[in-house]
Amino acid sequence: MDAKDILGLPKAPLSLPQEKKSRPPKDSQRKPDGISREVYALTGGIAPLMPAIDISQWKRRAQSENQKEYALKISTTLTLPLQITWQWLPFTSSARKDNLQLYHWVRVVNGVPPTGDYSFAKYNKSVDVIKYTDEEYEKYLTDPTWTKEETDQLFDLCQQFDLRFVVVADRFQSSRTVEELKNRYYSVSRALLTARAVSPADVSGHPLIKEPYNLSQEIERKRALSMVLSQTKHQERRDAEVLAEAKRISESRMAAKASVFFLFFSLILAVQEPEFPVTLRVDPEIAGDSSPPNIPYPSGTVAPPVAETASVSASLRMLRVYLRTYALEQMVQAASSSAGLRTIKRVEQTLQDLGVNLKPKVPTKAVCAEHLELRKEILTLLNLQKQ
Amino acid sequence: CSNKRVKDSEICVPIVYGSMSFWLGKKATESQSHKWTVYVRGATNEDLGVVIKCVVFQLHSSFSNPVRVVESPPFEVSECGWGEFEIVISLFFRSDVCDKQLDLYHHLKLYSGDESIPQSTKKPMVVEYYNEIVFPDPSKDFFSRVHNHPATIVPRLPGALNLPLVALEDVLEKKKGDTKDHPLSQWFFNFSEADELLALAAARQQV
Repeated sequence: MDAKDILGLPKAPLSLPQEKKSRPPKDSQRKPDGISREVYALTGGIAPLMPAIDISQWKRRAQSENQKEYALKISTTLTLPLQITWQWLPFTSSARKDNLQLYHWVRVVNGVPPTGDYSFAKYNKSVDVIKYTDEEYEKYLTDPTWTKEETDQLFDLCQQFDLRFVVVADRFQSSRTVEELKNRYYSVSRALLTARAVSPADVSGHPLIKEPYNLSQEIERKRALSMVLSQTKHQERRDAEVLAEAKRISESRMAAKASVFFLFFSLILAVQEPEFPVTLRVDPEIAGDSSPPNIPYPSGTVAPPVAETASVSASLRMLRVYLRTYALEQMVQAASSSAGLRTIKRVEQTLQDLGVNLKPKVPTKAVCAEHLELRKEILTLLNLQKQ
Repeated sequence: CSNKRVKDSEICVPIVYGSMSFWLGKKATESQSHKWTVYVRGATNEDLGVVIKCVVFQLHSSFSNPVRVVESPPFEVSECGWGEFEIVISLFFRSDVCDKQLDLYHHLKLYSGDESIPQSTKKPMVVEYYNEIVFPDPSKDFFSRVHNHPATIVPRLPGALNLPLVALEDVLEKKKGDTKDHPLSQWFFNFSEADELLALAAARQQV
């Protein structure tokens, strides 16, 4: 409010937000009275921090402006020559073939009714269904699977229903599928276009010629669509999983240099998946001579932590490259696999109480080994305490 | 294929990766409020080029050419921007090291999230992570090439093996790609293994 002192304006009461105590504090940003909401929004919506004008003065000014506006309106209607009345008048529409005359309310200005066509007539669109003579039919349009009567009826219905094939199919005498009807309609139209054209080049740009209707493809497409629509959630999920797996496999394929490496890679991928048990014997030369052979870890049985971490280290050795933190995660998971979720939480709580980071900040080989040992010791301690 | 590998051993490459961002202060615009660098460096600022062939940084798609390939050290990308997002850092290794890439994920941090701390143009926001790349059963070529190099931790050779070892002098003569003199090195964290080991040992005693 120092700025106000500087400007020499009297201190604004700014009592509006304070008076209305029942309103929430957010209302300090409410628009001041005396000015319409939309106009206020034009100026940015929120009151300026430093109102340039004293608010009470503003209020008075705004009110007087409103009064002036209203006075203007009244005066013009009474004095200016702008007379508006509403009359019940007849009208016709160019969209109708008969000369039906209907009535509606019309806004008449100074005694002059509006001219022009019915405003909605322009929306009466129709399709140009091609028409053929009998001669043309004999020459170009005969088909073993369609009689002339059927074709005639098809075209009549198409004209009547603006190419709404589903309706046409419903009304059609003999039972034909929508695709068959479409096929007949489009091939007849196409044949007629080509026949009537001066030269084939003329019509080559026409969409009917450029992209001809393909019956078998359409049937297949619709079948596939309905299959997708009727898929259960379970199937959807399975499809997504298979696609993701395929993507992963094809990506790893691209990284391979030769077919030998490719084989190795797909096996490595299998090992990296946490769910996959380590039962693979990749290359006897690589995995074979070191001390413990791969211990198969059949799912369902609970192997002791020692055996599990040994199998994890064996599986890690089969990777080409990995991060120390990844190795530690795998080891921790293996060591805690026999423990329930609550026990694991208690291990983590103990670590925190001891002032140790749950994930080592400096995961060197030694640090990770110590961390793992510490976790195992805590686990043993907790298990002993339970007994 | 097996006799080309050093069995029962592993080569370990300690790295630090992360980001450093400076607030641009007066020069900041709405779309470019920070200048940041995302990088991978050797943990002791040694040259990673002995192991890494190139690093691909995948930035947010709103950046032009969001896939940045860096083929020589220092492996870093600097940009100006306003937003925080996840950057995928893919490490590609030399042909005798490994033919599989390794991906790291780093969330670029520009803001401290604490409004009471004002931003400074002098002090950057640094987020770094220490990690070690482990190559089990490394190839003999790789082994002999790097066994003396300070960027890697290589175990002592078992006596029976006879490998041609690259002399230390040759290694040092190669182009210096280390980050010891990096302009921003004053801000690098010092990851002390010893501290963590002490804490762990103390904890184990208690248990």
